[in-house]
Amino acid sequence: MATGIRDKVAIIGMGCCRFGERWDCGAEDLMLEAFAEALADAQLERDRIEAAWLGVFYQEQSISKSGLSLSMALRLPNVPVTRVENLCATGTEALRGAAYAVAAGAVDIALAMGVEKLKDTGFPGLPERTKGTFEDLWQPGFTPPGAFAQLAAAYAARHGHEMTTLKRAMAHVSWKSHENAAHNPKAHLRNRIRIEQALEAPMVAYPLGLYDCCGVSDGAACAIVTTPAIAVSLGRCDMVTIKALQLAPSNGVELSHASWDGSHTITTRLAAERAYREAAVRDPRRELGLIEVHDCFSITELVLMEDLGLSDAGRAVADVLDGRYDRDGAIPCQVDGGLKCFGHPVGASGLRMAYEVYTQLLGRAGERQVGSPALGLTHNLGGIPNRNVASVSLFGLHGK
Amino acid sequence: MSVEAARACLQGVDRSRVGWVALASTTLPFADRSNAGVVSAALGLREQCAMQDFAASRRGATGALIAALDRSDVTDDALVIGADRRLTRPGSSQEAAYGHAAAALLVGRGAGTIAERVAHATVAGDFVDQYRASGEDYDYALEERWVRDEGQLRFLPQAIRLALERAGAAADRIAHVVAPTPARSSQAIARAAGLPERSVAADRFDACGDTGTPHPLLLLADCLERALPGELVLVTGFGQGADALLLRATDAVRSHRKDGVAAAFDGGISEPEYLRFLSHCGVVQMDWGKRAERDARTAHTVAWRRHRDIVGFVGGRCRRCDTVQYPRTRACVNPECRAFDTQDEQPLADTGGSVKTWTEDWLAYTRDPPLVYGNVAFDGGGNVFTEFTDTRPGDLAVGTRVRFVFRVKDIDAARGFHRYFWKATVTH
Repeated sequence: MATGIRDKVAIIGMGCCRFGERWDCGAEDLMLEAFAEALADAQLERDRIEAAWLGVFYQEQSISKSGLSLSMALRLPNVPVTRVENLCATGTEALRGAAYAVAAGAVDIALAMGVEKLKDTGFPGLPERTKGTFEDLWQPGFTPPGAFAQLAAAYAARHGHEMTTLKRAMAHVSWKSHENAAHNPKAHLRNRIRIEQALEAPMVAYPLGLYDCCGVSDGAACAIVTTPAIAVSLGRCDMVTIKALQLAPSNGVELSHASWDGSHTITTRLAAERAYREAAVRDPRRELGLIEVHDCFSITELVLMEDLGLSDAGRAVADVLDGRYDRDGAIPCQVDGGLKCFGHPVGASGLRMAYEVYTQLLGRAGERQVGSPALGLTHNLGGIPNRNVASVSLFGLHGK
Repeated sequence: MSVEAARACLQGVDRSRVGWVALASTTLPFADRSNAGVVSAALGLREQCAMQDFAASRRGATGALIAALDRSDVTDDALVIGADRRLTRPGSSQEAAYGHAAAALLVGRGAGTIAERVAHATVAGDFVDQYRASGEDYDYALEERWVRDEGQLRFLPQAIRLALERAGAAADRIAHVVAPTPARSSQAIARAAGLPERSVAADRFDACGDTGTPHPLLLLADCLERALPGELVLVTGFGQGADALLLRATDAVRSHRKDGVAAAFDGGISEPEYLRFLSHCGVVQMDWGKRAERDARTAHTVAWRRHRDIVGFVGGRCRRCDTVQYPRTRACVNPECRAFDTQDEQPLADTGGSVKTWTEDWLAYTRDPPLVYGNVAFDGGGNVFTEFTDTRPGDLAVGTRVRFVFRVKDIDAARGFHRYFWKATVTH
């Protein structure tokens, strides 16, 4: 019987570049910026890295489809580099590859890197792309905000919420992330906003206005992983270990079957259930010290609170408005600003979330430190509600 | 429009009876690709069904109808469609006068036949009342009074008299005259042919404009919704000559629907913005932004492989668990089943549904913003992620009843191709 990877893999170094419109940088520069920080954090020679995983989604055309760009940008010692892609869970997928290699004993030390250079695509939002030769023949020519706006219509109908109430809760979600990002020097959008600003913003895709949508940013983040035993031998005392890494992709039910009502994400529920089991988390509401979830749009974050089992069905609106997920709430969410304000360089986002959880667990977050958490969660939702891949990862202090 | 007219025409009809499809139009979208074939595929007609485009004359619809009636040695039915999407220059008199429409008739020998042929006649002449060279968008029209006096008043009465003569019918016995000309001209034509002026059917230009090729069929459909058994109906077509076709309404006309044409006039939504109208007609080239730059190339290998799914809107129904699903795949989507190779074809075009989710997207590229799309739950199971059409902001809510219509899905301007699919529209 498989036992999962709980506490089998330690993170000994992490790095994250400043996110934003990095007109001055290419993807290689962003990766180097994150990697230099991770190496210094790990106090490690670069040549100790035995294998690497590179996550990149959109920008394969500018930095090639393979893992070569990472190998060359960092001048790695010709170790294997595997390029992975799994929509917005790409960064987490890179971490999963590196962590599994360590857990399997195939290598002692591995690197996971996620990067995206969106501001070279020429689009103010996410770039247009074909959805597949068959899919283009019938699926709507949707955009990400429009695809996720579907959640709002269905969620409001399912739980009997007035759209004005839901909109106010969504505005609170975005307001909170702007407040948090103001404390984060690496965040893309560090301005504060008023709730009314969010409510009155121009409509992008009903009912999502401008401030319901996350930033589209350049960025890179990475992690260096090894076994806890090697980490100890390297002199690490406080140590963050991976408690769970779980992934759940759609199998077509949301697209074609009548059972899904459009108001929630099936995959997040499955991935969360598996992750809590792998990490032996019995009561996530009590045990989680902070969470970083896939707030591509405000409505996504809101429904995720229920999908992750943190709010009761239909209660996320009230919980959000009560400040349950604010930085001083019961379960601080997006204390780094989230996708909304830290930014969303697609391939990097999973590792950016892990970076914040890692930083907070080690008590290094400075003015945005939220107490002394022992367990943190990251979540990605790649794709659209109609077909997506969800990842739920748990990180904690070793021995706790 | 042709598909929608044909669907209205074929309500309650076994489509396997249709053995021939004729599509008459001067504005066919494809010069080399059977346009009747697109209609046939969308209607899910059988592969043995023959098809024929009648192009290059506004008289094509009456010509196609006569050709359908002349199929004397066959036992299956013929579907005759007339359609025109008439582009006009801004400020032209055509812009004020023209309309876009399609009308369809089913010709056969069944017991439900509502009108039967008595006689017909054609008088041809290369009379150029208006023309449009190949590749051009707009008609060039000659002086209206010359067209009336030397064209319509010359050819139409000749054809009418010839048809009446062949039928041995007295002109004053005609109950309804359908003519594609303005009411005043039609009155003059009736007088010239000795027909009672009261028999001239209204031109309906007030309701739909001058729709060109389909107009005789549209007026005939309108007329047959009011005709009494035994009444004689004279249908005429004009363009490089004239057709006249004499029909007699049968007893079955009593049970024929009375609201088809009126329903078509009342359907759809109005577009009060002139600039948007010009944009829809391609007269004004709007800046659609970067999102319109996406390559809309069609992978024709896929389009053909899946043409039943796409053009016919056919999904699957699992033999094992009875789950309806779109698109049809080799593995059943029901999480409790997931069996391989158990799906039979399940036509979905005529299945209603209700809105499960929706949005109005102002960021997405569409030539009619916002792009409205969402999930529709089919009655009887299944789901489709689909675009909505003929809706305005605020029209939709979760639970709104919808039906599906055949529309242009994407335009590949770079390669001069456009592809069709089905969209949901609010049921009224």
